Amino acid sequence: MHIHRYEKYWLMFGGGIIIAFIVALFVNAFAMGMTPPSDLQRVDPKKVEQTAPFDKPGLKQVGPNEYEAVMVSFAFGYNPNQIEVPVGSKVTFISTSKDVVHGFQIPGTNVNMMVVPGHVNKVTHTFDKPGEYLILCNEYCGAAHHMMMAKVIVK
Amino acid sequence: MTQEVRVDQKAAKLSLSYILVAFIGFGIAAIAGLLQGLDRAQLITLPTWLNYYQILTAHGVLMGLVFTTFFIEGFLFSGIARVQNGKLTPLGLKLGWVGFWVMLIGTVMGVITVLMNDASVLFTFYAPMKASPFFYIGAALIVVGSWIGGWGMFAEYRNWKRNNPGKFSPLFLFTAVATMTLWQICTLGVAAEVLFQLIPWSLGMVDTVNVLLSRTLLWFFGHPLVYFWLMPAYMTWYLIMPKIIGGKVFSDSITRLVFVIFVLLSTPIGFHHQLMEPGIDPKWKFLHVALTLSIAIPSLITAFTMFATFELAGRAKGATGLFGWFRKLPWKDARFFSLFLAMLWFIPAGAGGIINASNQLNQVVHNTIWVTGHFHLTIGTAVALTFFCVSYWLIPHLTGRKMTRTTNELGRLQAVLWSIGMIFMSGSMHTLGLLGGPRRTAGTTYMNDPTALSWIPFHKLAALGGAFLFFAAMLQVGLVLYLAFKAPKGEQEYPMGDVAEDAAETPRILERWPVWISVAVILILVAYGYPIADMIQNPPPGAPGVRTW
Ligand code: HEM
Ligand SMILES: [Cu+2]
Ligand SMILES: [Cu+2]
Repeated sequence: MHIHRYEKYWLMFGGGIIIAFIVALFVNAFAMGMTPPSDLQRVDPKKVEQTAPFDKPGLKQVGPNEYEAVMVSFAFGYNPNQIEVPVGSKVTFISTSKDVVHGFQIPGTNVNMMVVPGHVNKVTHTFDKPGEYLILCNEYCGAAHHMMMAKVIVK
Repeated sequence: MTQEVRVDQKAAKLSLSYILVAFIGFGIAAIAGLLQGLDRAQLITLPTWLNYYQILTAHGVLMGLVFTTFFIEGFLFSGIARVQNGKLTPLGLKLGWVGFWVMLIGTVMGVITVLMNDASVLFTFYAPMKASPFFYIGAALIVVGSWIGGWGMFAEYRNWKRNNPGKFSPLFLFTAVATMTLWQICTLGVAAEVLFQLIPWSLGMVDTVNVLLSRTLLWFFGHPLVYFWLMPAYMTWYLIMPKIIGGKVFSDSITRLVFVIFVLLSTPIGFHHQLMEPGIDPKWKFLHVALTLSIAIPSLITAFTMFATFELAGRAKGATGLFGWFRKLPWKDARFFSLFLAMLWFIPAGAGGIINASNQLNQVVHNTIWVTGHFHLTIGTAVALTFFCVSYWLIPHLTGRKMTRTTNELGRLQAVLWSIGMIFMSGSMHTLGLLGGPRRTAGTTYMNDPTALSWIPFHKLAALGGAFLFFAAMLQVGLVLYLAFKAPKGEQEYPMGDVAEDAAETPRILERWPVWISVAVILILVAYGYPIADMIQNPPPGAPGVRTW
């Protein structure tokens, strides 16, 4: 098939950029360990309250400046709906859903994951600035979806 | 092929029926769109009997499924008739009509359940939110109807091949077949979800649903769906536009190649909608990310081809210098002007797509209203403006009327209003998304949260854009009705480009559908085979259905 000379240059240029993107994303994900939230654990959505760690939702210190926040998502809220951590804390949010699919997002950070019934999902973030952070649900989950929220207070 | 080929009465009636339903759906959806924008900006409060998610479902279903699918079926049937001396075969016509009625029944069922607030699950119908079974059955009928129409087009293709052994099929017919082939492959995902999971479960025959599998099957179809919208727009750009600007189709083989690449690469990339999801190994996600980025290649080829077509047409009219051809383009012709704006909008839209597809950047924008801004540029502008522009000449051609000077001017005004509206609406949505504003969320301040309060000015700008879009939409519906029923009688040309004489010979392999379909199936098996088999064999604990609205 005949391809015009300029078109060849254009495709080499564009194709080269795309390959560069793919390589950068590969290195980023697998060499630097920055894969998106993709936890593989499961939990029965009908038995969330009886299953560890969701039987005891809340904040747990797991190291110096390191916390785990176990937060159950449901229509239309999170349990607990407020946590407090000191500045500089590295917090791993762990969540599952008791009913439908929810989102878990903190505007102004890269915390953004799906919470799907039957599955556990996790995301980690270090809070370097004090303030009140909003946690919101960004996946439509029903009539009061726009009220589904929680707060992280960083002091 | 002579200039004066007219689509005959029978084919015209079929095509026009599809297109009128498309624009009625579009008009209603535009009203919903305006209300949504105003609600989010807190400029209005919706009455208690009409909730945000209900109108959002109506908007999404009517715009995303009804407007697009009906328009595409109607347009492709008309073009297939146009390249076959204006005629469709009796079998093609019959399948076209059966498809039309099945789709219409499905649409009515869907719309009624949405109006009764029994199906506020959005057009993505995410389980385990459980809608009325009629909603799922309606959606299934829309898809099945579109298949039947597609079989009509395959019948036309078979017939053509039989009558012209050893020859290349007309380009329009080939690209229409490519579009419908993609559609038949990808809708298998959503059909499986609806038939085997959602309908039995919503009827109460099974208690729980495998949510991960349902989402995976949905997105198996969800991304190729956007290419199903885009391919007819590309058909217009590649095949119709050259005729309008007085040029030639740049290259037969490149056009076929681009459409074949879409058929191959559109389906095995669905995980890029599930990047933030649990239950899927990051390695599988990455495979889909890499394939997704590769699909930028046909768009790069298209960008080159479009400018090459412009330049060659301009030079043929005596343009000189590096950019002299630019002034030779028919800017005063609405049939071209809208198309040009559509193509222009596709440039930022495509750049946004690359951002969405990148697995880490996606974490910043996933499920934020950035995504809504992105697809209002791609399908809501690049595709929609192209369809508007097709309607300006196609409808009078089908009804034996003429596009007048005034319709031409109003058509150009429409494209300008639409573009201004999108600058405000899509621009604000992109900004809000970067700030973390969620999509699919009614007007809210999250109990006066300072972050959410700071977003309100952008929501107001988006609503302003929505108002422009609404006026442009009403103007468009008015133009469609005028051109269909009131415009003066006359002849309106169906522009169909001829291939440039000096274009090189097309390689035989491009017309070998069994080869391409096999490659497509293999790619799908590689990308989806293991994950889907695993989800079925080791299912996550099932989720009972709930109605949360
Ligand atoms: C009058 C012009 C339009 C206006 C004012 C408008 C406005 C909107 C708004 C405000 C949203 C909701 C944002 C959110 O809460 O996430 C939305 C969603 C949407 N729009 Fe439009 N839009 C228009 C035209 C279009 C067109 C032409 C299309 C496609 C052909 C389209 C397809 C969609 C879809 C698929 C959704 C998402 C529904 C869902 O999330 O399930 N819109 N639109
Ligand atoms: Cu939620
Ligand atoms: Cu929600």
